[in-house]
Amino acid sequence: MFDTLSGKLTTVFDRLRGRGALDAADVAEALREVRLAMLDADVALPVVKDFIAAVRERAATAEVMDSVTPGQQVIKIVNDALVEQLGGAGAVPLNLNAPAPIPILMVGLQGSGKTTTSGKLALRLARRDRRRVLLASLDTQRPAAQLQLAQLATQAGVPSLPIVAGETPVQIARRALDAGRREGFDIVVLDTAGRLSIDQTLMDEVRQVREATSPAETLLVVDAMTGQDAVNTARAFNEAVGVTGIVLTRMDGDARGGAALSMRAITGAPVKLTGSGEKLEALEDFHPERVAGRILGLGDVVSLVEKAAETIDEEEAEELAAKMMKGRFTLEDYAKQLKQINKMGSLSGILGMLPGIGKLKDQLDGANLDKTLLNRQAAIIGSMTRKERTAPDIIKASRKKRIAAGSGTSVQDVNKLLRQFDDMAVMMKRMNKLGQKGLMRHGLGALMPGRRQSWH
Amino acid sequence: MALGGFFSRLKEGLSRSTEKLTSGLAAVVTRRKLDDAALEELEELLIGADLGTAVAARVIAAFRRTRFGRDVSDQEVKEALAEEIAVILAPVARPLVLDPARRPHVVLVAGVNGTGKTTTIGKLALAWREQGLRPVLVAGDTFRAAAVEQLQIWGERTGAPVIAGPPNTDAAGLAFDALTRARAEAADVLLIDTAGRLHNKSALMQELQKIIRVLRKQDGDAPHSVLLVLDATTGQNAIEQVRVFKEMVDVSGLIVTKLDGSARGGIVVALAETFGLSIHAVGVGERATDLRPFDAGDFARGLVGAS
Repeated sequence: MFDTLSGKLTTVFDRLRGRGALDAADVAEALREVRLAMLDADVALPVVKDFIAAVRERAATAEVMDSVTPGQQVIKIVNDALVEQLGGAGAVPLNLNAPAPIPILMVGLQGSGKTTTSGKLALRLARRDRRRVLLASLDTQRPAAQLQLAQLATQAGVPSLPIVAGETPVQIARRALDAGRREGFDIVVLDTAGRLSIDQTLMDEVRQVREATSPAETLLVVDAMTGQDAVNTARAFNEAVGVTGIVLTRMDGDARGGAALSMRAITGAPVKLTGSGEKLEALEDFHPERVAGRILGLGDVVSLVEKAAETIDEEEAEELAAKMMKGRFTLEDYAKQLKQINKMGSLSGILGMLPGIGKLKDQLDGANLDKTLLNRQAAIIGSMTRKERTAPDIIKASRKKRIAAGSGTSVQDVNKLLRQFDDMAVMMKRMNKLGQKGLMRHGLGALMPGRRQSWH
Repeated sequence: MALGGFFSRLKEGLSRSTEKLTSGLAAVVTRRKLDDAALEELEELLIGADLGTAVAARVIAAFRRTRFGRDVSDQEVKEALAEEIAVILAPVARPLVLDPARRPHVVLVAGVNGTGKTTTIGKLALAWREQGLRPVLVAGDTFRAAAVEQLQIWGERTGAPVIAGPPNTDAAGLAFDALTRARAEAADVLLIDTAGRLHNKSALMQELQKIIRVLRKQDGDAPHSVLLVLDATTGQNAIEQVRVFKEMVDVSGLIVTKLDGSARGGIVVALAETFGLSIHAVGVGERATDLRPFDAGDFARGLVGAS
């Protein structure tokens, strides 16, 4: 499961880091690993080849070879090239420089998330950019697709074009623009049916829609989990309708998102937005440097922090921190913490966002790190009385037996939890003693308790 | 549905997938001997079909042992490739068999968003109706806008009753009530649609577990089948998808959709190797009749373009 680009690259570069000088063979070997790893991250083959060729050229310069830290240099080159290929630093905004009503055409394969994205886009344009947006569904293929968009429009508080049965997509598009003109809308978002890139009839149809509406933006909506077929899809849609921007959906999944690189390379169009959740607000600008980091295993700290902010109750967190500093952290607080970690998703997903964790992942995987452990701990704490949670010292043999029975665990499990909690308490006391300055001087090592840290 | 018709339909569906692979193969093999460079290109072709680097490497290793340095024709390479792939796929090609003793046989349909769960349910309902069975559909996607209406339209098309609740109903409660009704009416199959969910969202996965838990209050063996619907355009993340769904809800079989597109669904080979999970059927279009049994040989031959 951790057989990802991030893990592999970290391994390769660790090896490179350990070396003194690099020769051409070292670079070639590293790049072969990079190539394999990128393929495993679903970057399409032709795109990988171009990428590797570009990086090889830059990595083979004397500047890199003679450098004291050639590994670092190669990492930097790979990272820079990736960011560059993803579109350079910073997000590319939607082009709204057109006379109103500005048509935005949404296209893509079935199930890529066009309709949901249309709803999200309308909400964002209406709420953030204060535009008057009209939603119109041209999807006459999938059952209830038009109704779906109408319902999303209601949720977003944005009007949608009334549904008229029997109209063709081109007719609906014309009616939408008419309504847009007549009723003074700034933007008309045209959602279309999902279509396969090889379906000539439907591709012709969307071409006609495009000709009839001249959209300011033609956004190709792509699932971040897409594999090698990304190139075919990108090419077909680009040839048929001229893609001006890409929306990458399901970025809240754990796919590495190699499709972003493929799509960008084939269409030349920037990835403009990413969808990252089921809520209508979950539409964000695309940041190439962040996604490059995610792909390269440099970690995605920004996303981690965002995710934490999204799921963790700030007040509760601050209260916990204060208690920790005072050394008054109880088992009850620990249970709360467990609950918050649980809310953030899979542990491996969270760890994957941490820089440098890639190489540790295999070990962690071997340790069978999953939430059952955390759930078990929560159950144990749940089976304690309030008094026991605030003063765990009173928990002796008979209480342990009762707690174990109540939580469906064993006395050993209860012991482990208590021991771990003890260790935590010791660590927190040291943290307080050291203070901020001490921490800087002695590093994190000063915190480690002298005893073994037991996770299971 | 006649078998002959099925094979030609599957080939028709897969032929588009293979066009590119096939032309690529011809270019590789007729050009020169099977040397290192040719093998590497072959490996890349397999990777380009989403087989993944590890599976592709294994296939090529077998080639190296037996055919290295020989002049090999285009046809030979295709057949050998198809054979290699069919060997991996054959053990997992198992149809979805309903237990007639169950009234109803409960089928839970799960998957990430947009893979084609609802469409697949419509197709399954039609197939079973045509066999003279009485399927009942449950609109368990109570989250996505108009998901209920979408399933209801499939119910009308196939003549299968649809049990639905008001928006944002608890899916588990709905499934429980539906099972009560289906048992009372002695329906043959209860097909439960669920909301799409990413496998890394633990809360949503727990919701799915809850549906199962609640069903078991009535029937300790329910659901009798848990189908994971997988989009053929999915890349390597499908492995993680299957792993988590299998772990959380004990998936009993796969249905691979959208195989009529340009995606080759090669990830299926990696999935077969890794999990050995049954592949019941493939979706090859948007019509109710576009669901085919999964046949390892046909799929493998279709994948590499061997006729």
